[in-house]
Amino acid sequence: MSNALTSTLGTTLGSAWGSAWGGVLWYLKEATGESKWDEYVDRCEAEGVTPVSRRVFERHRAEHRERDPRSRCC
Amino acid sequence: MPTDVETRRTDTAPAPEPGGSGPISKVVWVAIALGGALCWTMLALSRGEEVSALWILFAAIASYAIAYRFYARFITRKVLEVDDTRATPAERLQNGVDFDVTDRRVLFGHHFAAIAGAGPLVGPVLAAQMGYLPGTIWIIVGVILAGAVQDMIVLFFSMRRNGRSLGQMIREEIGIVGGIAALIAVFAIMIIILAVLALVVVNALAASPWGVFSISLTIPIAIFMGIYVRFIRPGRVLEVTVIGVTLLLLAIVAGGYVDDWGIAETFTLSPETLTICLAVYGFVAAVLPVWLLLTPRDYLSTFMKIGVIVLLAVGLVIANPSLANEDVTSFAVEGTGPVFSGKLFPFVFITIACGALSGFHALISSGTTPKMIAKESQVRMIGYGGMLMESFVAISALIAASIIDPGLYFAINSPLGVTGGDPASAAEFVNSLGFTLSPDTLQAAAQAVEEETLVSKTGGAPTLALGISQILASAFGGGMAAFWYHFAIMFEALFILTAVDAGTRVGRFMLQDTIGNVWPRFGDVSWRPAAWLSTAVVVGAWGYMLYVGVTDPLGGINQLFPLFGISNQLLAAIALTLCVTLLFKHGKAKWAWVPGIALVWALVTTLTASWQKVFSDNPKIGYFAQRNAYQDALDAGEVLPPATDAGQMQQIVTNSTVNGVLQATFATLTIIVVLNAILIWVRAWRQGGLPTTEVPYEESSIVAPSDFIATRHERAAVREYEQQQAGAGRNGGGHGGKHAAGVS
Repeated sequence: MSNALTSTLGTTLGSAWGSAWGGVLWYLKEATGESKWDEYVDRCEAEGVTPVSRRVFERHRAEHRERDPRSRCC
Repeated sequence: MPTDVETRRTDTAPAPEPGGSGPISKVVWVAIALGGALCWTMLALSRGEEVSALWILFAAIASYAIAYRFYARFITRKVLEVDDTRATPAERLQNGVDFDVTDRRVLFGHHFAAIAGAGPLVGPVLAAQMGYLPGTIWIIVGVILAGAVQDMIVLFFSMRRNGRSLGQMIREEIGIVGGIAALIAVFAIMIIILAVLALVVVNALAASPWGVFSISLTIPIAIFMGIYVRFIRPGRVLEVTVIGVTLLLLAIVAGGYVDDWGIAETFTLSPETLTICLAVYGFVAAVLPVWLLLTPRDYLSTFMKIGVIVLLAVGLVIANPSLANEDVTSFAVEGTGPVFSGKLFPFVFITIACGALSGFHALISSGTTPKMIAKESQVRMIGYGGMLMESFVAISALIAASIIDPGLYFAINSPLGVTGGDPASAAEFVNSLGFTLSPDTLQAAAQAVEEETLVSKTGGAPTLALGISQILASAFGGGMAAFWYHFAIMFEALFILTAVDAGTRVGRFMLQDTIGNVWPRFGDVSWRPAAWLSTAVVVGAWGYMLYVGVTDPLGGINQLFPLFGISNQLLAAIALTLCVTLLFKHGKAKWAWVPGIALVWALVTTLTASWQKVFSDNPKIGYFAQRNAYQDALDAGEVLPPATDAGQMQQIVTNSTVNGVLQATFATLTIIVVLNAILIWVRAWRQGGLPTTEVPYEESSIVAPSDFIATRHERAAVREYEQQQAGAGRNGGGHGGKHAAGVS
């Protein structure tokens, strides 16, 4: 999904949170952590920094998960 | 710009809204209260007639709503005094990784997915042996006064301490003795929980080629997902989850054809083989990089979990089944039930742990979740609300078990030693209990879900799957009973396996961390030898207990489940002790009763249960009485049923000893923590409070709503805040920034 599309989606969401599908999609992306990338790209843009590639970015997040075991309860 | 913040604060942080004292709201709450009262009355008064299961469902929902609106709010405002002007650790220490301001509804999802697993599904099914009423009352009253209170208060106190773990808080706030006892207890209890959960899977999958085939396929599916999201399309989690769930459903459908393909034999595994498979799997999953297997499985498991819960709730409402179970069975009074021994008090309260009160949640409420909360007042919806949701799952499971014909229920849940394993002897045994069941009915029930047999499929999962398949088949039609049965088995196994591999990793890290205190090198989590060795120790420990359960001639579930329930509740007692201690130390002794009633109840039930399991001279209840009975017989050269030879006799002797010693140890550790805490209570009470490790106040600058649905005031405040953020230009007017935790 291109970044332009995602941010269009974001704006649509911001303005019309009545759109149920948009809400569900927003929720799922937040919950799965997929939106972290979009946030990162936005932050880089705001700060005028070139973002690393998505692969590198996701590797970095995976490495963190490796060291941060989380319980799943019964 | 302090003045700026000042102004904004006075503008946008209005006094707590009147929230619900308007006339319309009053009418709504009176209606909910009356509706709930009606449901409870119907449950209480219906005797010997057809009772709709929906009364239970709606009694639960109405009770939850009232508890959430009034009791939970009272606790947050009066007892905890949550303060939304105070910055949470997520805001203060934001690093985008573990400290991360998260939208409250997203965090609710995360927290719920972490606390809810197979526990709330299994316990209520087993407790249905005592009828539907004891379980219903305990699940609902227990969650309102104990379970949800524990989760929320632990979450709050951990949040005030930068997300300290339960063990750390006990060490720092109660003392070193209590801290060490708690550390050992947490580790040991985790091992037991993993073993019992694994036992549930083994029992559900043994001699079920369809189940084994489908579950085996989840491993390649997860690995495919892991590779996809790492190499092919990095980070596209949603996309890969859609693919994964589709493959998973295909795997369940395909399982139905194992017979036709002539591979049924290959996938028909004995419990012993499954135990070895599980242990190997647990080890491999815990040492592999998490992106390859653990993380993708977790996505699958979470989506399935939410999906199934929603599906079951909708199915229940559409199917509107009648309860086939009795309200209170004679086993509740006599304590002679075949599923597990002992009377209603205390055994219902330890059999149903998750869903009413679960100590394990304290490990999740401290640590991960508190580091992500945006606003203090959100502890109500996340801590209390999350647990109410789990309780709802438990209620659904209780209903699913209670719509099954009781004769069938007992044929499935009684241990092999008494049913004899074939339909004729099982039916005979069930009839001897006073229920009617013919071998043909039993066989027909198994055929309906395309299983060889359902006799002695103990552990709760098969019963639940049968109940779910009846509900969903009746709600959605289409003669899909067999599909739904395996669908249910699959999702239970899926999240148990996720709990087992995640738990093994957590255990490994705990072990490395503890040994690391003495030998620092060992604490390095990336040092392979230490990682592998600790993993092996953890897997070996639960694997041994699992093996004990699988091979126990007396039936593993009825031997081990009480141990699991009691340990989970003892952990709850430890967590609640911490809550009470902290209220004393904060000079809030007058509110100590809030976690205090839950603590007293947890101690009374678990210590009574522990006492009986250790000291009862009834060999069906007391582990040591059981040991002695079998040892004496062994010495005299006799063989006591259900053992069939001296080897099995010896096995029972060993197992009972192990279980008894563990039981006594857990209870002792808990008593040590409580005694240590009482010293602190007395001191704190005399001095009107004691210093604690609470992090000092820092003013918050973010704005976010507190409840599931934002109020009008909150929405306005969030909008204004977002505009200010955009105005500040730092986020370039993009998404409203990371901190716009309120999309509302």
